[in-house]
Amino acid sequence: MNAITEHATPARFIAIRPRVPAWIANLALAGLLVGLWPINRLLVDQIDPYFLLIATTIGVSVILATSLNLVIGISGQFSLGHAAFMAIGAYTTGIILRHYKIVEPAHGAFQLAAAGEFAGAILLGALFAAIAGLFIGIPTLRLRGDYLAIATLGFGEILFVAINNTENIGPFMVGGSSGLYGVPIYRDTRFFWVWGFAIVCIVCTWRIVYSSRGKAFLALREDEIAAAAMGVDTTWYKVAAFVIGAFFAGIAGGLASVISGNLDPGSYRFIKSVEIVVMVVLGGSGSITGVILAAALLTMLPEGLRFLKEATGPAFPADQLRMIIYSLTLILLMILRPTGLLGRRELFPMRRRFARTAAGGTA
Amino acid sequence: MGQFAQQLIVGLSVGATYALIALGYTMVYGVLRLINFAHGDVYMVGAVVGFYLARFAVGAGWGVAASLLLIFGGAIVVCVVLGFLIEFLAYRPLRNRPRIVVLITAIGVSLLLENTAQLQWVFGAQPQKYPTAIQLALNARIGSAASGIVVTRLDVLSLGLSLALMGALSWIVLRTRTGLALRAVSYRFDTAMLMGINTNRIISFTFMFGSGLAAVAGCMDGIRYNADPLMGIQYGLKAFIAAVLGGIGSIPGALLGALLIGITETMVKAYVSSSWADAVAFLVLVLILLIKPSGLFGRHEPEKV
Repeated sequence: MNAITEHATPARFIAIRPRVPAWIANLALAGLLVGLWPINRLLVDQIDPYFLLIATTIGVSVILATSLNLVIGISGQFSLGHAAFMAIGAYTTGIILRHYKIVEPAHGAFQLAAAGEFAGAILLGALFAAIAGLFIGIPTLRLRGDYLAIATLGFGEILFVAINNTENIGPFMVGGSSGLYGVPIYRDTRFFWVWGFAIVCIVCTWRIVYSSRGKAFLALREDEIAAAAMGVDTTWYKVAAFVIGAFFAGIAGGLASVISGNLDPGSYRFIKSVEIVVMVVLGGSGSITGVILAAALLTMLPEGLRFLKEATGPAFPADQLRMIIYSLTLILLMILRPTGLLGRRELFPMRRRFARTAAGGTA
Repeated sequence: MGQFAQQLIVGLSVGATYALIALGYTMVYGVLRLINFAHGDVYMVGAVVGFYLARFAVGAGWGVAASLLLIFGGAIVVCVVLGFLIEFLAYRPLRNRPRIVVLITAIGVSLLLENTAQLQWVFGAQPQKYPTAIQLALNARIGSAASGIVVTRLDVLSLGLSLALMGALSWIVLRTRTGLALRAVSYRFDTAMLMGINTNRIISFTFMFGSGLAAVAGCMDGIRYNADPLMGIQYGLKAFIAAVLGGIGSIPGALLGALLIGITETMVKAYVSSSWADAVAFLVLVLILLIKPSGLFGRHEPEKV
């Protein structure tokens, strides 16, 4: 009963053996990631940096929304602390790179080392976020529904106060309330990294949902008590969803830190978590493609308002207006269409044909 | 010892104001099982309305007593109407939807109020102080100066008003027909409806009463600190924590929880660190949820199939 229930699980959620063998799918994924490199080069050379920056920021939002979708939309656990995991990733990555960044040479083996260092820093941030998710998840996931939301919110606020009051950890500067400045900005490669990780995140979520274990997550969302009665270890799956979500939120945070170059503890509070929730709810809680779509739309919204601001003058309160639009969207959406834009459908429902076969009992 | 007693008085005064907000959370949760996120922002609207009324009253040269009457009265009227409208427009269409849907709507209403207040032609993003005449009048000390303990008029007003309103609320809940209906709705919603209780009317009443209490708290904190469009987040959440600590749905629990939170916070601020004091309430929340989620006075509700 925790989830936004539309109707009973349709047949297309029945997991079936994929038509494509796993190793081919993995190879295709690797190919996609390798192909992204020249695309990145091309875009950096050809496209206006402003638009490239927006495209990169959209990628970060996509990771955040997709990972929260795994927690809210697919496992039905309402978390209001996603931005806290983002903060852990952002600070870990930011602090490491600020201290140990290898000066990037033009080419050669050092470039590879720099890339490896970068990926390592991001993954370490994600690992810390996942560990935090584990420690927060195990006690709080005993709670249900609104209490879970409040408990995750509480952890987020505690983390904010902790970061806000920490100037240094050992030799590393954290920056306290004035924020962490001087994180290196990866101007030429950030698009590649962000969208590379975004693709990995989307594929992981996709594979989880359409695996046989994915059925357990979906069962948890539909009815926790019934799922437990059917032998699903509900605590294990809740914590798993939470930890995976935290891991990718940590990645998104790390990426965000090298996009802007400075970290402000205030920007990872409750409001940021709500922004991610709006993306999930607007896109259609549980729909992978819908949530990606909503993340892109809502990330572009402030840019649209910026043009409006230029038209009307500097006194225009763009940020407040953006939040007013967010809040009205939330209220009207909940009253008129609580399933979001796509409901639980996908933009490309590729497996429907097979699902019918599965429902017919032949698969 | 003197300092401890002093901090205790400040803590009681702060806690009494939390209690007024916590009551709104607890009453709404009692009837609807909804964490009304927007409640903290109704409290903020109370402070903002009070601010404008105070400026008007002082500008017109009114006396302190008349000004206070206008501030509190006007803020109560506006917030009662606001509370009714929020329930009527945003929550009533969602009466039979899953609780998470209503919770998300509540977050939406909260953000809407906060950001509307931040618009420069409504209030502006910066906190603003109440007129000094009002602040000076209420921060005046009373009692003996010999012991070194300072008790301000505001402390007395805060504690006195809280206890009086709490008494009024208890009387309504325990002694009137509306209160009986309210208890019935909170006990079992559907059955109450079958017994001929107009549940919508009761829910409206709950929202209006809670909003009125929040308005009083808003004016009090507005005078104590300042009017701030974002005050509803911080203080509202702490009041909610107080309600959870006392056992959400329980009226004496809200009072006790709020006083405990107020005192704990003040003590931490005085003896440990002022910058970490904001985390204390959340720490209490997490602990209480982990150890005894039903709170001090709450009743345990088993999850049914």
